Amino acid sequence: MLKKIALTSLVSITLLGTSQTFAARDYVTIVGSSTVYPFATVAAEQFSKTSKFKTPKVEATGSGGGLKLFCASVGIKSPDITNASRRIKQSEVDMCSKNGVKEIVEVKIGYDGIAVANSKKSKPFDLTLQEVFLALAKEVPDPKGNEVLVPNPYKKWSDINKKLPDTKIEVLGPPPTSGTRDAFVELAMEGGCKTFPWIKAIKKQDKNRYKSICHTIREDGPYIEVGENDNLIVKKLEANPNALGIFGYSFLDQNTDKVQGARINGVTPEFEAIAEGDYPISRPLYFYLKKAHVGKIVGLKEFLAEFTSDKAWGEEGYLVDKGMIPMPEAEREKFASDVKSLKKFSFE
Amino acid sequence: MSQSAPNAPNNSTASRVQAGLKKRYAQERRFRFYGVLAITLSLLFLSFLFFNISSKGYTAFQQTFIQIDVHFDENKIDPDGTRDSETLSSANYGGLIKSSLRSIFPDVKKRKDKKKLYKLLSPGATFQLREMVMNNPDLIGTTARIWVPADDDYDMLMKGHIDRTLPENERRLKDQDIAWFDHLIESNAVEKRFNLTFFTAGDSREPELAGIWGALVGSLLTLFITLIICFPLGVATAVYLEEFAPQNRWTDLIEVNINNLAAVPSIIFGLLGLAIFINVFHLPRSAPILGGLVLALMTLPTIIIASRTALKSVPPSIRQASLGIGASKMQTVMFHVLPLAMPGMLTGTIIGMAQALGETAPLLMIGMVAFIVDIPAGVTDPATVLPVQIFLWADSPERAFVEKTSAAIMVLLAFLIAMNSLAIFLRKRFEKRW
Repeated sequence: MLKKIALTSLVSITLLGTSQTFAARDYVTIVGSSTVYPFATVAAEQFSKTSKFKTPKVEATGSGGGLKLFCASVGIKSPDITNASRRIKQSEVDMCSKNGVKEIVEVKIGYDGIAVANSKKSKPFDLTLQEVFLALAKEVPDPKGNEVLVPNPYKKWSDINKKLPDTKIEVLGPPPTSGTRDAFVELAMEGGCKTFPWIKAIKKQDKNRYKSICHTIREDGPYIEVGENDNLIVKKLEANPNALGIFGYSFLDQNTDKVQGARINGVTPEFEAIAEGDYPISRPLYFYLKKAHVGKIVGLKEFLAEFTSDKAWGEEGYLVDKGMIPMPEAEREKFASDVKSLKKFSFE
Repeated sequence: MSQSAPNAPNNSTASRVQAGLKKRYAQERRFRFYGVLAITLSLLFLSFLFFNISSKGYTAFQQTFIQIDVHFDENKIDPDGTRDSETLSSANYGGLIKSSLRSIFPDVKKRKDKKKLYKLLSPGATFQLREMVMNNPDLIGTTARIWVPADDDYDMLMKGHIDRTLPENERRLKDQDIAWFDHLIESNAVEKRFNLTFFTAGDSREPELAGIWGALVGSLLTLFITLIICFPLGVATAVYLEEFAPQNRWTDLIEVNINNLAAVPSIIFGLLGLAIFINVFHLPRSAPILGGLVLALMTLPTIIIASRTALKSVPPSIRQASLGIGASKMQTVMFHVLPLAMPGMLTGTIIGMAQALGETAPLLMIGMVAFIVDIPAGVTDPATVLPVQIFLWADSPERAFVEKTSAAIMVLLAFLIAMNSLAIFLRKRFEKRW
């Protein structure tokens, strides 16, 4: 009996202890995109090893999930920074300001390419965005040339273009919750979709219809969702030489002995091509910062200085070593000064 | 009986049995064969799993180190000779490493080549030097021969995970890089050593600096919270329900609900934790106390059910004897029933704990899937746990994390095996049979 009382009191003491120590937080908390996660974590680690501050805590919650947590409230309980592999949406800005997060700072940190790759065992693909769209969209323009949409009839790559291999269309890619998928749909699918002038014309009349034509991926088998693990996609490509996979450039970079990136519109996914903006499927990466937290959270200001320093995001910085594509110098200077002056974000 | 059967052909029962006997034996043999087959198959799967994981993971327990001569140049570390800790901590140790690499390879002149040369060593080398000087400022001005970790790409090369025969553009390491490394090997400056970092460090984005200790401490803290909540609550619930509670509609309802809770998918407990512990009680995200509470909710039904079974298996004669010599109901339970049921309760608890140790799904919702470098010092510090660490490493692009993932799985399995054997040991040692 005594033992039990001792145990119960131990529990309550621990619980009490929590509520007291929680009054202060001496580390930066970061949430958000799993694409930015590898870069944010490197910056966090470097920061802690070269300063006297604790290591920032980085959670991978996805871009949308991160913004939701970020916008929930102001104060030590809420994250200071959220990473995003896409820009914040108007609805999210509204949600933020409704919950008292009135002033946020937008920081672009660099670019990330999305590779469409296959196993080294087969020949490299050479695709155009239009072919990517035709292979993966749910509804495509009538192959006979009429300006109507038909359910996607293509089963083999050679059905789309005689020059492409005579193999089944099989593409492994991320699920809809993923930022990579959002970016792929927006850049590759829509990019190929608007090469049809009559579909592009729909955009002016009915934006929603245009979006649903261009952004809907087929569900009849050729597109296979493989979860948000890019390593898994690489492994599956190795086992299935006929399949193509969609994943971030950093994974292509690490696995050049196993997979090869397809040329898109004639451009190979390589560091230079993505940095120059020639490679068509690349997207900016961001983080968003709560202005109210700067100066209140220990180490936040210093962490921002670390992340936006040239030794981190510069052309030869450690983020680049991890596969991020750096911004041009002028852009870097602009965002670094935005961080210094804590320029309030607004849609321009 | 089979011998007497031919002597009594008229006995119709015996002859009928005789006729069917062969078939029955065959049936029994077949049945036993199926059993052996099932066990062999599951052992085969299990050993395949173990083999697969350990063949991939054992290399992670070793790490490639490179020997370099470092001159702790006073002018570079502490030009004013103050030995002030601030100066010592912010000195440019990277520069020292670079100059010792340059002295090994004096022919490397171009800026671009130099930059590549510096990548032979892990960024951890810089921190190692800093720590050495901070601990022992007398080193300043001397030259020391030290071993520092190689970069993960070279570690992979050393362990044979990078194929030298591939064309140059398909390798992470170019011909030049490999030539440098081979030069170091020839001068006996490369060695594979036991990877102590793996057992003492927290997470890192550099595979050669990443360790399991942070996650392990996180797991232990989380399990500690789970245990101190679950065990007293579970045992008290079981004792009350089994020994004191009246049999009526309410207790039936409670029983059904407890059994039901044991089968609820664990992610639901995570959502519950998010809604109640974070949103209502404002416990800190990512902390072991929160994880422990959520896992306690999950494990509680398992412990209650196991404890009730243990109480049920105590024969009623013990209770009757105790009551018969005048003990009260509470004395009977505390001094006779509970001690006898304890081994069974402990076994159930340990199995529940082992289950909690391997759980990730509920922790996803409460922010324990996070990059955490610092070793948690208490239950309110941000922490992660072993299975989450495995998940995070499996998702990392660097090739060297593949072996780290398998090694972390081995550590987790070792813990699970240890806990389960403890459960079996306790049962064997203290169990009473009637």
